[in-house]
Amino acid sequence: MIDINESVMQFLLAFVVVGPLLGAVAALLPAPPGLKGKSPEQAVLRHGVTMTGAILVAAIVLALGFDHDHPSKMQATTDISWIPALDVRIHLGIDGISLPLLVLTALLTFLCALYSYFKPPAGPTPKAFVALLLALESGTLATFAVLDLLLFFLAFEMVLIPMYFLIARWGGAGRTQAAWKFILFTLLGSVVMLLGLLLIGIKAGTFDMVALATDNGRSLTTSVQVIAVLAIGIGLAVKTPMWPLHSWLPDAHTAAPTVGSVLLAGVLLKMGTYGFVRILLPVAPDGFRTFAPYLAAFAVVGIIYGSLACLALAKQGAKGDLKRLIAYSSVGHMGFVLLGIATMTPTGVNGALFANIAHGLITGLLFFLVGALKDRTGTTDLDALAEETGAALYGKAPRLGGLLAFAAVASLGLPGLAGFWGEMLALFGAFDPANDLSRPAFLTFMAIAAFGTLLTTAYLLIVVRRVCMGAVPQQAPRLADVHTYEFAAWTPLVALTVVAGLWPRALLGLTDPAVQQLLAGGTR
Amino acid sequence: MSALAQPVAQSVVQSIDWLAIAPPTATAVVGLVVLVADLFVPDAKKAVLGWVSVAGLAVSALLLLPLLDGDRSTFCLTGDTRVCSYTADRFTLVIQFLVLGGALLAALLSVTALKDGRRRLPEGEFWFLLLSSAAGAALLPASRDLATLIVALEVASLPAFALVGIRHGDRRSSEAALKFFLSSVTATAVSLMGISFVYASTGTLYLTQVADRIQHVDGQLHTLAQTGVVLTLVGFAFKTAAVPFHFWVPDTYVGAPLPVAAYLSVVGKAVGFSGLILVTVVAFPSYSDVWGPALAALAALTMTVGNVGALRQQATRAYSAVRLLAWSSVGQAGYLLVPIAAAGYSKDAPKAIGSTVAYALMYAAVNLGAFAVAALVGRTKTLNRIADYRGLYASNPLTALLLAFFLLCLAGLPPGIIGLFAKVTVFSAAVDAGLGWLAVVMAVNVVIALFYYLQWTALLFRAPEGAPATHRVPAPLTAAITLTGVIGIALSGAPQLVLRFAATGLF
Repeated sequence: MIDINESVMQFLLAFVVVGPLLGAVAALLPAPPGLKGKSPEQAVLRHGVTMTGAILVAAIVLALGFDHDHPSKMQATTDISWIPALDVRIHLGIDGISLPLLVLTALLTFLCALYSYFKPPAGPTPKAFVALLLALESGTLATFAVLDLLLFFLAFEMVLIPMYFLIARWGGAGRTQAAWKFILFTLLGSVVMLLGLLLIGIKAGTFDMVALATDNGRSLTTSVQVIAVLAIGIGLAVKTPMWPLHSWLPDAHTAAPTVGSVLLAGVLLKMGTYGFVRILLPVAPDGFRTFAPYLAAFAVVGIIYGSLACLALAKQGAKGDLKRLIAYSSVGHMGFVLLGIATMTPTGVNGALFANIAHGLITGLLFFLVGALKDRTGTTDLDALAEETGAALYGKAPRLGGLLAFAAVASLGLPGLAGFWGEMLALFGAFDPANDLSRPAFLTFMAIAAFGTLLTTAYLLIVVRRVCMGAVPQQAPRLADVHTYEFAAWTPLVALTVVAGLWPRALLGLTDPAVQQLLAGGTR
Repeated sequence: MSALAQPVAQSVVQSIDWLAIAPPTATAVVGLVVLVADLFVPDAKKAVLGWVSVAGLAVSALLLLPLLDGDRSTFCLTGDTRVCSYTADRFTLVIQFLVLGGALLAALLSVTALKDGRRRLPEGEFWFLLLSSAAGAALLPASRDLATLIVALEVASLPAFALVGIRHGDRRSSEAALKFFLSSVTATAVSLMGISFVYASTGTLYLTQVADRIQHVDGQLHTLAQTGVVLTLVGFAFKTAAVPFHFWVPDTYVGAPLPVAAYLSVVGKAVGFSGLILVTVVAFPSYSDVWGPALAALAALTMTVGNVGALRQQATRAYSAVRLLAWSSVGQAGYLLVPIAAAGYSKDAPKAIGSTVAYALMYAAVNLGAFAVAALVGRTKTLNRIADYRGLYASNPLTALLLAFFLLCLAGLPPGIIGLFAKVTVFSAAVDAGLGWLAVVMAVNVVIALFYYLQWTALLFRAPEGAPATHRVPAPLTAAITLTGVIGIALSGAPQLVLRFAATGLF
């Protein structure tokens, strides 16, 4: 949109990746004179806001300077040799696929830092909290910006320790177990993924993603591709998460602090699906084709399973936890993303990427809202909230109730909001999958997935009815309605949900050329 | 008689390249000097001995500098100058650097330990034993014949037994020493038997000649040669504490003074695996179908048993921190064996070996760092339980952060980037050699190991029980912790410094 010097772009991308890391170190040091603030806690939380804010600005400038006429071209690339022994290069770059994810990550982390500034998390010192948040941001941004397989693995692993501590130290009930489950599941997956990455790197002779994508699997035999896709796929599927490897997710979400849940759902899950699109599809197409029907089948099971689990949780008397419910709904939504990827068509993959972003916005918002609800009522238990008739949020705190209803409706995929296009395109993709994939199988998957949208609608409407509606008792204490800082943290998400729903071209125009090129083998 | 005497006389008159053998020699000489000086130094000034030893080790390490070209060898056959007993090639230099550096750090830890335990540990003997053991360990990677190899192995081991049992009147210490001694001697005896079989079937002790001749062994002697190969390996497997020769480790580490445990965990292992590399890759490359699978199985067993053992340590048991480090060192020995096993399958064996060397360098730095912090904590909390590390961050933030860094390096997770990439090279060696199953076993082990490393790490940042007690950290301990910390962090920024050994052949 605006013309920015290439070397400035390079610097900005490097800053986006390294900046948070430096910020994390700085957060641990005592505040310099002049920036001490009212108290050390306040100073360090403010440091978090300024740091993530600077990163967000850099990411937005990157997006503005990005050449929107050629989104399939890697831009702002840096390519420096780092470890020649392992052929690891610091190769950074963004294209139409990674740019939206990069901006989403920067945005969500900034909103989380802003939210924590006004509502410091309950737990030990915020100093470590801010440092971990920044380290987490650096890891996720690096995942979307690197173009080297081993560096991708490094970035993938970088988020584990910060997230573990965020859950284990600032979480709610059952946090220790949940944190362990999170880190052990993901690590097992990612170590297996490393084996697949090494196999590809050794057999193809390079770890460079761009070179590998251009090669499009021509230098890898089918058997190598099959093994590599299986190994890498398991690692990514744990992260995504794909049914039946999802079982860490509900626990982690339930126990994590609000900010942790937002980032986990909004950003960390995307690392898995991004890996599918960026690595598996272009690098090992033959291997991926072998597993595509199975991936789609698992995805569809995930959609139905997630919805049914949510329905069971939403039922009266089930003692369902709202955070847990949203976590299961994530399993369903990510099922649509995986289904879109499994079709191996531009339509499906574009849908998947769109659903990715939409899920990040909407589920991030949902977790924020539920966190706010918990702050006000002290519980996320649906039965405790709703009692006999319903929690009557519309009556007690109308704005909060309205926002919750909005987010729920967006999540169920109402046309005109962000949730609609991604799932729609994923279903379209399944209607007409890539040539070598079995059409009848995918038609069946499509039918089941479409039924899943009905179930999704059902449970989200039940949630809205039980939480937002109901009779307001006479002497019921009014809940504090949405505070200014909450508005500040949530408005961008609401606005983007509407914009993406009404103007999908803004996003699809970015992803489509890049997806076309990836599927065609990097040469188009 | 005269016909025999002539070649003997000729081979006795060898020209010796003193510079090439300087590093182990200097260490041994300083050891003797310290032993003699002990007789004349008054009790109050015994600390001087420690500093002399530290300086001696530093000088020995510096003596590696003129050898950097890696093309010197000495004690060669007069007939065939390519067949030598002592070679200072790049492999030798890297391992000597590792051994001397490890001994130096262990010595720094010992200075404080000896001061704290005054009158309980005889200083002169301690330093003499430590330096002689280090001299043997530095000689071993340079040895290129089986006899020198065994002599070096014994020079490295015998003082170690005494070091383990050096605490007079301590039952645990003597028991540990006896356990260590008996099992080690058995292993050496088995190894010697294997070497005699190999000698019987090939008629030579020089590794390169063994490699040539063992391929053309008479059919009748084939079984003998094969048995010889396996038995020879046993002795070295013991030194690396590979399963099933690992049982001495936890008790020995707990019974020994902490710096000695640190020394054994790094230098003892270096001795074991460098001997193993020399025997397998240099002497018996044609038998890779025998030792390759054997080492692969050994590696898988070792890492699994070690990690499960570490997992079972209870945080509140006495000495659990040292026990955990001991078991984890068994697990790490398993990772070290993986590339050696891979060398048996791979066409490019020296490259695979490089992964072991790179991993060992990383392991040496961070493991000694962890031991240094353990020594620091052990000064105030003599039981050295893992539970004692709770809230270390509150009383000593920098040390706690460094220990967390060391532990995560051992686990192989960022921020321990060097640990991660060292593991990646090991994985890469296994995948490259087609040892997929071993890579998967190792992957599972990495996850098991993360559990106990991270559990310990998390404990450091918990709120302390009671008021945090701060005390002044002695200078040698500070030096050791700083040195290992700086190395670990520098390597994390520039992993190429050690990983380059994984890319090029060392022989």
